[in-house]
Amino acid sequence: MFAYIVRRLLQLIPVFIGATLLIYFLVFAMPGDPIAALFGDKQPTPELLAELRAQYHLDQPFLVQYWYYLTGIFRGDLGTTFSGQSVNDVLARTLPVTARLAVMSIAIEFVLSIVIGTISALRKGKFFDNAALIVGLVFLSVPVFVLGFVAQYFLAIKLGWFKATVGADNGWNGLWLPAIVLGVSLFATSMRLMRGSVIETRNQDWVRTAYSKGLSRGRVLPVHVMRNSLIPMITNSATNFGVLLVGATVTEAVFNIPGVGNTLFQATRQHEGPTIVSFVTVFVILYVLVNLLVDLLYGLLDPRIRYVK
Amino acid sequence: MSSDSRATHYVAPVETTTITVDAVKVAAKPSNLWSDAWRDIRSRPTFWISIVIVIIVLLMSFWPTLFTHTDPTSCNLDYSNGAPSRGHPLGFTFQGCDIYARIVWGTRVSVSVGLLATIIGSVIGLIMGAIAGYYGGWLDSVLSRVGDIFFSIPYILAAVVVMTVFAQYRNVLTLSVAIGGFAWASTARVVRAEVLRVRQADFVTASRALGKSNFGTLVAHVFPNAVAPLLVVSTLSLAAAIVAEATLAFLGVGLGDQVISWGTEISNAQTQIRVQPMSLIYPSIFLTVTVLAFIMLGELIRDALDPRARAQR
Repeated sequence: MFAYIVRRLLQLIPVFIGATLLIYFLVFAMPGDPIAALFGDKQPTPELLAELRAQYHLDQPFLVQYWYYLTGIFRGDLGTTFSGQSVNDVLARTLPVTARLAVMSIAIEFVLSIVIGTISALRKGKFFDNAALIVGLVFLSVPVFVLGFVAQYFLAIKLGWFKATVGADNGWNGLWLPAIVLGVSLFATSMRLMRGSVIETRNQDWVRTAYSKGLSRGRVLPVHVMRNSLIPMITNSATNFGVLLVGATVTEAVFNIPGVGNTLFQATRQHEGPTIVSFVTVFVILYVLVNLLVDLLYGLLDPRIRYVK
Repeated sequence: MSSDSRATHYVAPVETTTITVDAVKVAAKPSNLWSDAWRDIRSRPTFWISIVIVIIVLLMSFWPTLFTHTDPTSCNLDYSNGAPSRGHPLGFTFQGCDIYARIVWGTRVSVSVGLLATIIGSVIGLIMGAIAGYYGGWLDSVLSRVGDIFFSIPYILAAVVVMTVFAQYRNVLTLSVAIGGFAWASTARVVRAEVLRVRQADFVTASRALGKSNFGTLVAHVFPNAVAPLLVVSTLSLAAAIVAEATLAFLGVGLGDQVISWGTEISNAQTQIRVQPMSLIYPSIFLTVTVLAFIMLGELIRDALDPRARAQR
C-alpha cells in the first residue's frame, strides 16, 4: 500500500507542474504586455504597473518567473488578489463555505442517485425507469445557472420556501436551495451509472447464491447488490469533480454565497487577472487532490488496483 | 435374440419436414457495424425527435429569416418587459427587444461556437489519441501525461483564463478555441483506447506486412475504426460546448453584450428575473431542448453502435 501511495504521488507531480505551468504560460507568456492583458478593460496607473512587474519578476526569463511562482505555491503562498489581499486569507474565509456546499450537494446527488437508480434498475423498462431517464436527461441539459435562476424564482421568490440569496447566512441550513440545485444538476450521470451497475450486479453469481441460501430481498438488495454497485458512481463523481467546481462557482454566483467560486466569479466580472489565475490554480489543486484521494481510497478498497503497474 | 440385440437405427419418417439448421441467409445483405446501427436506430422514436430538433436548429442558424421577420436589434424601450402581442409571440426583454427574434438570431452564434469548439477539440483529440495509441512507448507516455494535464484543468475554468487574457479579442473563434483547446483530453482518451484495441487486429498487421508505412496504416485502417467512438464523443461535446458558451457568458467572459447568442440573452436577462422571468426562461428552453437533442442523439448512436447494448435492450 505504501508503494502504491508513493507511486501515485510521483505521478501527481508532472500533472501538477504541467497544469500550473500551462495556466501561468497562458497569462504571462502571451505576446503583448502581460500586465496590461491582466487588466483587461481597465487602465492601470504607471505606479501599479511598475509594482506588478516587480512582483511577478517580469524582468527575468519566463521559467525563472514560473519558478518563483511554483516555489511560492509549495511554501503555501498562493499569491495576492487584485485588491492586495492574501489569497490564503481569502481562502481561509471562503473555502469552508464552498466545502459545506460541496458536501451537501454531493450528499443530495448520492441519495438521489442511489434511490432513483436502484428503483429504475429494479423496474427496468417500466414507466418509472423511463420517467427517471427523461427527467435526468433534462437536468443534464439545463445549464446550472439557469437551473439556479429558475429555482430561485419559483421556489424562493414565488413560493417563499427558501431565501432567494444566501449572503451571510451561509451555515448548513442556509445552503439548502443552492445545494439542491447543484446536487440535482449532477445527479443524472450518477443515477444512470447506479442503474446500469445494479442491473449488472443483480445477474452476478453471488447474488443468486445469496438468494438461494435463503436470504430475503430486503437483505440481498442493500448488502449484496447496492454496496457492490456503488463503485462506478463514486469513480464518476471523482472525475466529475471539475464539473462540481464549475457548478459551485456558478451556483455561488446565482445565490450570492461568499465561497471560493463566488470570489472567482466577482474577479471575472471585474476582469481581475491575478485573482482569476490564483483561484483557477486553487481549483486545479483541489481537483488533482480529490482525484488522488479517490485513487488512494480505491487502493484501500480493492487490492487488485494496488498491484497493477 | 441375436437379431434383437442388433443396434437399431433410427430412420426418420419420410413425411418429416426437413429443418435447415445451418442455413445462411444468402439473400440478406451483408451486415456491418454501420448498417446494423442504422437499422437499430431508425426504429427508435427518440432518434427522429432529436433529428427533427437538430434540423430545425440548423435551419434557424443558417436562415433565421425563415422563422422571424422581426429585426432582433431594433429595440424600443416603450415595449420594455412587454407582454406577448401579435407578431411578438414571446414578448419583449427589458431593453424592449423581441425575445423570439433574438432567440432565433442567437441560434447561429451558439451553434457556431458549439460546432467549432467540437471540431477543434475532436481534431486535437483524434490526433493526440491516435498517435499515443498507435505508436505507444515513450510517445504514448508523453502524450498521455499531456492529456492528464489538460484533463486536470476543468475546461470552463481554463476558458475563463483564456478569455480574460484575450479580453480584446472576444469573438466566436477565440471562444471556440478556448473551449475546444481544453476539452480535447477526454476525446483523446477515448480514441487512444479504441486505437489500442484496433492495433492488435489482423488487418492492421496485414497492412504493415504488405509494406504499408506506419502512418499510411494509421490513416487507412486505424482511423476509420476510431470514427464510431469519435462520433459519439463529438455529439456529446457539441452539447457541452453550447452549455459552455452560455456559462461563460453568465460568468462575464463570453461574447459580450453586442453579440446575440443564447448565452448572452440568458445572461442579460438575469437582472430582470423578478420582473420579466420569461426573458430568461424562453432562451433557456431553446438552449435546453437543443442540448437535450444532441445528448439524446449521441447516446442513441452510442447504443446503436454497441452490439452489447443492443442485445441488452
